[in-house]
Amino acid sequence: MSEPVLLFEHISKSFFGARALHDVTLAVQPGCVVGLIGENGAGKSTLMNIFGGVLQPDEGRMCLRGRPYRPAGPADATAAGIAFIHQELNLFGNLSIADNLFIDGFPRIGRTPLIHRRQAMQRAEEALAAVDLNVSPKTRIDRLTPGHKQLVEIAKALHRGARIIIFDEPTTSLTSRETHRLFSLIERLRRDGCTILYISHALADVLQLADEIVVLRDGQVVQTGPKEQFDIDTMIGAMVGRRIDQLYPTRRNAPGDRVLMSVCRVTEPGVVKDISFDLHAGEVLGLFGLMGSGRTEVARILFGLDCFQSGTITTGGPSRRRRSVRASVDGGMAFVTEDRREEGLLMEASVTDNMALVALPRYRRRRLLGTFNQRALRRTVDEMVGTLKVKCVDPRTDAVKNLSGGNQQKAVIGKWLLAEPVIGIMDEPTRGIDIAAKYEVYSIINDLADRGAGVLCISSELEELTGICDSLLVMSRGRICGRFRRSEFDEERILAAAFEGHIEHETRNESGAPN
Amino acid sequence: MDSLRQSTLTMALRNVPILMFLGTFLIFGLLSPRFLEYQSLENIAKQASYIGIIAVGMTFVLLTGGIDLSVGSNMYVSAVTAGLLMQRFSILPVLALVICLAVGLVFGLANAFAVTRLHIIPFVVTLATQFAGRGLGWMLSQSRAVAFPQSVTGLGAVQLLGIPGPIVIFTGVVLAAWVVLARTTLGRQIYAVGHEIEAARKAGINTRRVQATAYCLCGVLASLGGFVSVAQLGNVNSGFGEMVEFQAIAAAVLGGTSLFGGIGNVFPGTVLGALLIQMVWAGLVATRTDLYLQPLIAAAIIFLAVLLDSIRNTALAKMGRHNIRIEEKSSGRPDTSQQHSPRRKPTN
Repeated sequence: MSEPVLLFEHISKSFFGARALHDVTLAVQPGCVVGLIGENGAGKSTLMNIFGGVLQPDEGRMCLRGRPYRPAGPADATAAGIAFIHQELNLFGNLSIADNLFIDGFPRIGRTPLIHRRQAMQRAEEALAAVDLNVSPKTRIDRLTPGHKQLVEIAKALHRGARIIIFDEPTTSLTSRETHRLFSLIERLRRDGCTILYISHALADVLQLADEIVVLRDGQVVQTGPKEQFDIDTMIGAMVGRRIDQLYPTRRNAPGDRVLMSVCRVTEPGVVKDISFDLHAGEVLGLFGLMGSGRTEVARILFGLDCFQSGTITTGGPSRRRRSVRASVDGGMAFVTEDRREEGLLMEASVTDNMALVALPRYRRRRLLGTFNQRALRRTVDEMVGTLKVKCVDPRTDAVKNLSGGNQQKAVIGKWLLAEPVIGIMDEPTRGIDIAAKYEVYSIINDLADRGAGVLCISSELEELTGICDSLLVMSRGRICGRFRRSEFDEERILAAAFEGHIEHETRNESGAPN
Repeated sequence: MDSLRQSTLTMALRNVPILMFLGTFLIFGLLSPRFLEYQSLENIAKQASYIGIIAVGMTFVLLTGGIDLSVGSNMYVSAVTAGLLMQRFSILPVLALVICLAVGLVFGLANAFAVTRLHIIPFVVTLATQFAGRGLGWMLSQSRAVAFPQSVTGLGAVQLLGIPGPIVIFTGVVLAAWVVLARTTLGRQIYAVGHEIEAARKAGINTRRVQATAYCLCGVLASLGGFVSVAQLGNVNSGFGEMVEFQAIAAAVLGGTSLFGGIGNVFPGTVLGALLIQMVWAGLVATRTDLYLQPLIAAAIIFLAVLLDSIRNTALAKMGRHNIRIEEKSSGRPDTSQQHSPRRKPTN
């Protein structure tokens, strides 16, 4: 075996006494794709942050191509040919692709500080060609899809001569087509001799891509070896430390007949068209579709965040075209948004403060000038923290940003559960959280339905929806293209429906979609 | 299809500052012919120049996501220092200008140090330097007006090719600022830092240096603006430069610069903003509006401009949602049925 390109030796790291990494030793061979898996909080991100120079290890050392490697900051890592493709992309939405590629150093005209624009454009186009992205380098980043943004990020890495590329959950916001494209790009990079560290919760992807798999648990390497030694079950077993027999909790009750929310021909030109469905008491209704199919848009309209042009939404009261979020919340609706960091949580505030937000008005004491009943509120929040098993030191002081993804998501859900919702809309409730936390989220959804609430669950993971839903709606290009009952669930047919508009687009285009 | 109407609307929304500018110009022009005379227009441009120079510096700071409330005090102290030195040692005007700019730079450095090294939020830092600066200026001048010799006041009347000096300097500053923002690495990094400082740090940008540069530029430009103003006025009294920070911020914001950073430009943005404010004041005078009504009307116009800007941003964001996907050039898929044609906005 050749000399490892990268060597971690006895790396340890603690945060405020909490152990994040303990004695991690790991060797990575050049030109190899290493799948790094582990639950949230297992230490994957910490290890990669140490490698990327963002954090300094307490103990241990690293070697890069046989030489000691001690990065003082991210710049050192970049200089050493290491690139990070983060979960949250580090691109500037207000700047063009070319600006983003050269942001830490543009080609210049001679010795002047002026940017050599022609050269920049040309080199940007070359960089984009290297990842097969065919858009103008002048395009502003915030006009790109998540998949394209990621390709820009990879182009940036390659352009800087990166030879070791770390992917951290790269597929969470990609469509399956974009994912496919990413995988063939990774394959090509490996053939060109790049070393790739691939971190993901999508175990099937890891199994498909990786040559070697490393499993972290509680800050330690628990298993490592060529991928042939692993299958999904052993991976899960190693990550969790025990076997999980069941990925999804069993549905205990069947949906009732009472309609909680009736949506009839809701249309907003250019966004969604003719959306009709009923949500029953005790039902978990799945909404599946590719990215950009209009799933989230439907959720936003239902919750009153966006308006719609025609159609009706009935939730007990009369339908109004302009609905307010306040009215939705008062009507017992909950909305767990797909982006918990940006839309779901006040990242700097404590767990308690976050969870108390929605239910706050209930604890107002009319007699005492509308002050809050702090004690009652705290008690309920604490109970909820306990029920949902939100892991934190002290919910009253711990800022939400310090929690792991799964616990953050539980805090978001807890916030809505405190309001005792009748209708729950969950947009990607398990995005970027580990398997154990996923199971807990599924159980929460299940319990909610048991209590007679209706849950609309949006996800890109079909398997997850078929696992927890009573019935399923499939959206494509802003329309509902398929409805399936649990007994009719069939992955092939559901996927076919999801791709429907994308295959026969020519005929649809002629009929003239609304503009 | 009303796509034509739609695109006209988008166009109009994109250019709110320009339309506001033209609209105000037309209305005052119609109300008072005197307003349209060359002399009056030149006065507006001259008046706008010193605020404009300061507003350009302010734009740099705002683009990084900061704010500088000390520019008014800065121009006071730097002008007082230069004036006193001229009185005592009768130094050359050029040297006085250099000293004036140096004092401005010191202000910028102090702000930059507190913001980037002590991690105090810009609002508080510059509020403190605002008071400190004003106090220092009073101390130096004993709160008395400082008169400038003929050699400086003469500069106020200097012309270049028939264009008044202040306008020439303003044009030069705008041109230089535009080049820096649009055509240098530093400029693009200022936008990056303003968009998200943490991401900028991770992208390997020396965010401290970028922020510090913005504050220093703002400091120097504030003192330059002060000097230009002094050259016209001839003396500096104890209220010199008061409330200038708000005029500068208003000019930048009217020109479309976001107070959250990352969005805005010097040309046409801040230039239009500075001109618009001066135009409103001059127009109110030209139309002989009641003196007590003037501030109210000026405030209303500025409020309207900012309101329109806010409406514009919401509307554009909403329209943007309709064309979520930008198509790749070569794919040639007739996939644009639900989208407007991708309109490429210059990224400046």
